[in-house]
Amino acid sequence: MKRKENGAMVGITSIGVYLPVYRLNREEISRMWAGRSIGGAKAVAGYDEDTVTMAVAAALDCLGRGGGKADGLSLATTTAPYKEKQSAAIVAAAADLADECHTADFTNSLRASTIAVKAAVDAVKAGSAKSVIVTAADCRPAAAKGTLEQTLGDGAASVMIGSEKVIAEVEGSYSVFNDFTDFWRAQEDTYLRSAEGRFIDEAGYLPTMQSAISGLLKNYRLAAADFSKIVYYASDARQHAGLARRMKFDKAQVQAPLYSEIGNTGTAAALLMLAAALEKAKAGDRILLAGYGDGCDAFLLRVTDEIEKFQKKPVISDKLAGRIAVSYGEYATWRNLVAVEASTLPERPLLSLPGRWRERRAINALYGAKCNKCGTPQISQIGQTPRVCVNCQARDNFEPYKFSDKKATLFSYAIDQLMPTLNPPGVNGVIDFEGGGRLICELTDCNVDEVAVGMKLEMTFRKMFYSRGVHNYFWKAKPVE
Amino acid sequence: MDGIKDKVAIVGMGCTRFGERWDKGVEDLIVEAAYEAFEDAGIEPKDIQAAWIGTVFSGLSAITLSPLQLQYIPITRVENMCATGSEALRAASYAVAAGVCDVALAVGVEKLKDSGATGVKGPSIVGDNQDGSSGIGPSYSAPASFAYLATRYFHDYNIKPEEGKRLLAQITVKNHHNGSLNPKAHFQNELTIEQVVNAPIIAWPLGLFDCCGVSDGASVAVVTRADMAKNFRDDPIYIKSMQVNVGARQGAMLQDYDFVHIEENVLGSRKAYEEAGIKDPRKELSCAEVHDCFSIHEMIVYEDLGFSPRGRAREDIEAGIFTLEGELPVNTDGGLKCFGHPLGASGLRMMYEVYKQLQGKAGPRQVKNPRLGLTHNLGGNAGTGICSCLIVGNEK
Repeated sequence: MKRKENGAMVGITSIGVYLPVYRLNREEISRMWAGRSIGGAKAVAGYDEDTVTMAVAAALDCLGRGGGKADGLSLATTTAPYKEKQSAAIVAAAADLADECHTADFTNSLRASTIAVKAAVDAVKAGSAKSVIVTAADCRPAAAKGTLEQTLGDGAASVMIGSEKVIAEVEGSYSVFNDFTDFWRAQEDTYLRSAEGRFIDEAGYLPTMQSAISGLLKNYRLAAADFSKIVYYASDARQHAGLARRMKFDKAQVQAPLYSEIGNTGTAAALLMLAAALEKAKAGDRILLAGYGDGCDAFLLRVTDEIEKFQKKPVISDKLAGRIAVSYGEYATWRNLVAVEASTLPERPLLSLPGRWRERRAINALYGAKCNKCGTPQISQIGQTPRVCVNCQARDNFEPYKFSDKKATLFSYAIDQLMPTLNPPGVNGVIDFEGGGRLICELTDCNVDEVAVGMKLEMTFRKMFYSRGVHNYFWKAKPVE
Repeated sequence: MDGIKDKVAIVGMGCTRFGERWDKGVEDLIVEAAYEAFEDAGIEPKDIQAAWIGTVFSGLSAITLSPLQLQYIPITRVENMCATGSEALRAASYAVAAGVCDVALAVGVEKLKDSGATGVKGPSIVGDNQDGSSGIGPSYSAPASFAYLATRYFHDYNIKPEEGKRLLAQITVKNHHNGSLNPKAHFQNELTIEQVVNAPIIAWPLGLFDCCGVSDGASVAVVTRADMAKNFRDDPIYIKSMQVNVGARQGAMLQDYDFVHIEENVLGSRKAYEEAGIKDPRKELSCAEVHDCFSIHEMIVYEDLGFSPRGRAREDIEAGIFTLEGELPVNTDGGLKCFGHPLGASGLRMMYEVYKQLQGKAGPRQVKNPRLGLTHNLGGNAGTGICSCLIVGNEK
């Protein structure tokens, strides 16, 4: 890779992450199955989270930290909610990106995130995009009682690729592909399958990684010792350490893979590690980034002076610990590993697709309206766009008003045993937005004992329910982290 | 605008036993209540000139009333959530007052137990989509939407939740005492404060016994012109006012709403008192049947309807003002708490009690020297409600 014709630097302009607040301690898994724990915990997506919701949260985090506006958005995942229907479009809509934003799903490979990064770098270099946000998220399905149940975790990371205020320049890259069957999931499969561990390492992972990394070093006339940090994917901590040994990386150089804190987050893993590396990086540092899956993409990154401004607040270190420990029972229910008794409450009425389409502004980015006459921001919990002002009754005199980015305060609430939820009891309440407007909505990610009038809240895009093959997302409130 | 006062009288009423009427269909409940009303009014079904049937879930259109075989007369189904039964009576009374018919029938019916669910099914329990919206919005149960009132009332008046729960329990205990004296009530048992406060939580801070029951039932009224009423009976009950007051989600959308009162209750009752010529409801009303869907709402109603000064319901509850022997007995029949809340039937069931009280026929629950009585419903919830307030008296 070369610099753009005009010499402009292309690279990472912002990075953001999302980790669920829930942690499943691996001791809890081993206790359940009377097996051995590999230690630590894994991040677990809440019952109302999936790849799309985590990708939205990471993208919003990335956009909120700088990097300007995105004119492209790519979603990298192996766990898209639909076989046919783009997830990136859902993410871009929730992130309130312009209609002209070029959206793409990069999927079917663990390497999807680095493939998407390379495509984004190429697009910016070629001038077809000024900046592209790559958001990677995974929530990979592991069958009960297996090794993967302990190793896999859920999470998301986003990087903005652009040419202004670059914090880490992409100086070069090198890729190899390899048709190797180590971890896979056929169309017919619910859970991941894997080959024998020794075979994966010796015939697949280690030689592939070595080939790509060595290729990169050779191409750019560098040695491993030239890097301050080496960031790379591995399926677990043992494999991760194995590559360091094989490549003779210095321990201090190797970015910790975070597997003990959150697990292997699939397509997001290497970018989450990169976020941790950038949090500590200094201007001038060289970072090697390598993504794996059906081959390897290796990148040569150079940290710039812009990094200092970016490091004013933590990106990932404050989120590693999680906030709420879950039991195996909760995890198994959320991941649909066990059949639970059906509710005796009436079923939710069928969704109207035309209705949902009409309300798309409210559903996607929680748009309400602000009255041009009296200035009152307003939103209806049922998504209908106001036509007559609730405060001054002026007709059709509104401008769109976004609530998804507003902080709110809990005005009143209930701990609701009847609310249909996979994480009972339900919490819902009346929330008042900073700057005006009130909404009755569901609360999520709450420690029930800590819910109180006056609690500070922020909005989060969540999965509400699944009906006739359609995933339905909407906004909920959660405690400000 | 001279209102409804003294233009219409109720000359017959019927009410089924409320409860889990597994072996009775909508048709059985309608016939049971209607024939009690016909007999009470001393009329035949063919004397009915027009009818209104109120139900929320138990039948579409006027044809729901077909079991009565009122053949070839104008019939209309009405629906206004929890105020549905009161709406049927209002429509029938307005028709009589307009002079378009002399004898009209108001029917309210609901078979909630056929849903197979515990609790009132409805828009708020499973996504609020029965109003033309997509249905993606939040899920919250009816108890939760009233728990918002309790949470906020306790917060604003600095009442510890445990104290607040004991306070609300006194309302439940009172209503169960009244229900224990009523053979038509679903629940006819007494409860203790301890039983109420220790019951399982449904929507914190509300427990099981803070929530009304879920039942099947029907209630029916025969109305006629006030000047014809004595042709039917010596003790007709005259309609003094009929008010409905409806919100437009103001409380759910604007931050100035406090969740410790319900504006629709305040404005609806004020207009009702005005129409009836009542200055001091606490002194002038002999009894009141109010919408105790949840204990906290009965407490807030005391204040909204002017029975207690704002913020002072607690003192009046503790002083026993609203018991059968108190200054203003409320929910003398046991209320929604003991009757359950078959939505279409509830408003007319309340009127059945007030009608009997004003005629001096309420048996062990009879209040002293009855003159004026009130029925009140609130459909929807805090934030956006449908309030009905009807006042009747035994003198013209």
